[in-house]
Amino acid sequence: MNKRLWAETRIARAAFWLTVALQVVVAVFLMIQAWALSQIINRAYLLNTPLDQLGDWFALALFGVGGRALAGWLSAVAAARLATAIKADLRRRTMAHLLALGPAFLKSERSGEIVTTLAEGVEKLDSYFREYLPAILAAIFIPLCIIIVVLPLDLLTFLVMLLTAPLIPLFMVLIGKAAGYLARQQHARMSQLGAHFVDVMQGLVTLRLLNRSRFQIKTIRRITEDFRQATMGVLRVAFLSSLALELLATLSVAIVAVEIGIRLLYGGIAFDHALFLLIIAPEYYMPLRTLGARFHSGTEGAAVAERLYALMDQPPPAANGGVQPAPDTWRALHIDDVHFAYTPERPALRGVSLTIERGQQIAIVGDSGGGKTTLSALILRFLDQQSGVIRLDDTRLNDIAVGAWRDQIAWVSQKPYLFNASIAENIRMGRPDATDEQIVTAARSADAHNFISRLPAGYDTPCGERGLHLSGGQAQRIAIARAFLKDAPLIVLDEPTANLDTASEALVIGALRLLAQGRTVISIAHRLNTVIEADMIYLLADGRIVEQGDHQSLIAQNGRYAQMRRDYA
Amino acid sequence: MLKTFIRTIRLMRPFTRMIVLALLLGALTVGSSVGLMATSAWMLSKAALQPSIADLAVAPVMVRFFGILRGVMRYLERLVSHDVTFRLLAHLRVKFYAALEPLAPARLSRHRTGDLLARVVGDVESLQNIYLRAMAPPLVALLVVIGTTLLIGYFDLVVAMMALAWFIAGMTLLPLIAWYNGKRLGIERTALQAEMNAMMTEGVQGMGEILMYGGGDSGADYRQRLDALLEQTAAHERRIARWDGLNNALDVMMVQGAGLAVLFVALGRLDGILLATVTLATIAAFEAITPLTPAVHALGANLSAAQRLYDVMDTPPAVRDHNRESPEPQDGSLHLRDVVFRYAPDAPPVFDGVTLDIESGARVALLGGSGRGKSTLVNLLARFYEYDAGTVTLCGHDLRDYTQAGARACVAVMEQRTYLFNTSIRGNIRIARPDATDEEIVAAAQAADAHDFIMNLPDGYDTLIGEDGGQLSGGQRQRIALTRALLKRAPILILDEPVAHLDATTGNAILRTVFDQAAGRTVILLAHQHSALFDEMGLTSVAL
Repeated sequence: MNKRLWAETRIARAAFWLTVALQVVVAVFLMIQAWALSQIINRAYLLNTPLDQLGDWFALALFGVGGRALAGWLSAVAAARLATAIKADLRRRTMAHLLALGPAFLKSERSGEIVTTLAEGVEKLDSYFREYLPAILAAIFIPLCIIIVVLPLDLLTFLVMLLTAPLIPLFMVLIGKAAGYLARQQHARMSQLGAHFVDVMQGLVTLRLLNRSRFQIKTIRRITEDFRQATMGVLRVAFLSSLALELLATLSVAIVAVEIGIRLLYGGIAFDHALFLLIIAPEYYMPLRTLGARFHSGTEGAAVAERLYALMDQPPPAANGGVQPAPDTWRALHIDDVHFAYTPERPALRGVSLTIERGQQIAIVGDSGGGKTTLSALILRFLDQQSGVIRLDDTRLNDIAVGAWRDQIAWVSQKPYLFNASIAENIRMGRPDATDEQIVTAARSADAHNFISRLPAGYDTPCGERGLHLSGGQAQRIAIARAFLKDAPLIVLDEPTANLDTASEALVIGALRLLAQGRTVISIAHRLNTVIEADMIYLLADGRIVEQGDHQSLIAQNGRYAQMRRDYA
Repeated sequence: MLKTFIRTIRLMRPFTRMIVLALLLGALTVGSSVGLMATSAWMLSKAALQPSIADLAVAPVMVRFFGILRGVMRYLERLVSHDVTFRLLAHLRVKFYAALEPLAPARLSRHRTGDLLARVVGDVESLQNIYLRAMAPPLVALLVVIGTTLLIGYFDLVVAMMALAWFIAGMTLLPLIAWYNGKRLGIERTALQAEMNAMMTEGVQGMGEILMYGGGDSGADYRQRLDALLEQTAAHERRIARWDGLNNALDVMMVQGAGLAVLFVALGRLDGILLATVTLATIAAFEAITPLTPAVHALGANLSAAQRLYDVMDTPPAVRDHNRESPEPQDGSLHLRDVVFRYAPDAPPVFDGVTLDIESGARVALLGGSGRGKSTLVNLLARFYEYDAGTVTLCGHDLRDYTQAGARACVAVMEQRTYLFNTSIRGNIRIARPDATDEEIVAAAQAADAHDFIMNLPDGYDTLIGEDGGQLSGGQRQRIALTRALLKRAPILILDEPVAHLDATTGNAILRTVFDQAAGRTVILLAHQHSALFDEMGLTSVAL
């Protein structure tokens, strides 16, 4: 049992205990029914009671069945309440934590895997909470409940049950450990095999271009066949564990049957008691076997928990704790000797200092890996510098409430994300209370109105992953419209033209130029034709500013900037 | 649905004998339980009359025998059915791959993204379970029901009919209710799951926008929407649980009701000694019937997976070979005469009478913005698509005279975004020519300016690069693409936007070495726009 997952049940403890309690109630009804059944048979067989005098016993048996069904139903409902509450809570908390970690953290992770963990992984916890956890307690309480009833009826059966029951969990632990190891290996091999197949499929075009695609049929057949042989070898051993469990449980029933049968011969036990014990014996072992069958949910749940808690245990950037409001009219943003390293061996910024005056338009250029994106992440407060300080006038940026600071910024990224909503809704993100007219104005300023109004549903066209597929340039202009609408004093541009072709680039640059008017602009750029007009250009290499100045003076310096410029043309 | 079902059954035909064996073993497993309960009950009833121990005859032995038999049968059944499953998986994969391979990329554009492809692969995996989860349970149930009915019928026909009636009710009524509920609630469930997936994708991929535009306090708007969806999902799941729980309750009533009903009929018809036997045997037999409800769910899911696969497999390929044998390439020339091509019948033509002459050994830069057909040229030469009109002469023969493999042997393409397989760097390069020596691989890598960065990796050429190249940068990826293209022996070398992901300095340096290395081969460079460098390197620029 995973301790942290167990702790998750605190938000629905009542539902959890209700689930377990109802399962015990099921066991009680089950015994009532078994008792009635054995009485009917006993009376009809040995006492020759006529059928019409057995009505009460039939009624009691039906009462047992009905109660058992009802309690089982309620138990399932309670278990679902438990599982759904915890799943929702886990998703909510993990996503909140991811938002606190910010996009800079996600860059180093596989975003697809995080989505899978949150969507499908958490779903796997469903059976963990709904079935596995209650099964653990049911395996303790139901046999306990039955054995208490058996004790006054028949001492020998009580002893047989008492002695065999612990053997089952014991075997389960002993064999289960080995089997669990084998199962994990098997699972790893299975996903490896699946991954290989996906790999081949995704690279199919490349394989065809290289004329190697037909050849893969043999490889797939061979690998899958190898897998089958290896796996069957493992399973032959792994299934032995369930064989042992099965044997133990059924043989125990057989032992009880034979043991009471022999004593019946010599009148050592009454027939109705004997029959009751026979009916109840399989039910006694059932919860233990169920637990064995749920073992898989347990290991799977633990694996998901590991991935989930690994995310939740990531410390968020410390800088998000500020509470001060952002000053309305700041004069300058000072970046002072800032250092940042993703890992100690991989420093990204090694002492960067620069000052951005309000109204100034600056550009940060340099080859990829030079630290441009890290610097912008610090300004957006997606990351926190490890030494040095960023100040807004005299206030440390980290002292300002993070939300208030971000309200001051309109950000246009390299690959803007469009949400599964209409184009209008996507633009409106910039200012939720904007009127339709304001949205159209923003779109016009971003040079997006023309193409939007040509779409069949205009501004109501759904976009994003499940909507209309927009070109890179179109998506970028919608993002710029969003930025226009936000009307923030500081604009941060994170290589917004990096993925565009020349024609779209020209349109986007035009829109950005309009957006920049009268605002402070920090522009991260890879392509150099976007930065010529900047008041100040900083060239970043290996985490340091190596050249700075406006375009003319940098060309005149004839250094790295000038070289890059020549190569680009 | 029925067609899909029959076709899926056909797929399993090569494994008929093993499947029959697994079914028998499965039936014997439950049969042992029936035997255990029946013989135990008979033994107790007999013993209650306190005869001599000899009158119990073999009963105690039979009880122990069934106790052991059950475990052993279950063990064997699991082995055999898993073996069938894995064999089926291999069979399905190969079949599916063979059908899919000719469809890439032309007919897979609907399934373009990796996610969709991964889902198709997942479908193959879920289909392998169709035997285990969906087909076996009803057949096992049938065998057990017949066996148990015969057993009871041996004592009394009316009692047997009563048991059979309950068996049939259990086999039809409960699965039907489950199927109806699954259909009713399943659609909404699928929709909610897709919604959840989309919501999580938005949260992760759109996190920057959520934080910067999402209403100040760390994406309050997004959190609100997430909360609403979580609540909606939880409410729906609770509703499903209520119905599933009801189904289980009905199952309990059906099983125990059957026992009581059989007992009721047997009273007065059967010898008292058999009362417990028939009752407990009936109840035990339901162990084979209860799994039918999950089997119904599994069957529905598996058949949808199968249908999705068949839809892909049945798509006719875009290009078919006209000849069995491919002619030998004569030289490295390429001529297009009035070539017309459109991607779909209703799409505007990408090539509207294109004529192009590239002589053997020429060096040409083909220029054109997006949509001008640069990649289309590669698609046609690689025989991924069929052109509508005009003639293409590749290396001295009509393009259609080649087999698809033959045509591809004439051109080495450096893709804009090549796929990197999850293996070593060496393996990734060697895929271009499996018989290449290590020296040839190194030579090609040096020419593509990839050698230095490869040697800087922890294990050099043996470094495993992870899923789709994992940590390699766009530039490094392109250099591997170039290494592959150089290693593949083909008279024509096509470079698709070779410097798109490289910074200018490196890009230019690479181009220079490539042109030195490709002596004697025809080189066609596809580019967005003209660069002074092209003239410098003596390329003829042609606008497309």
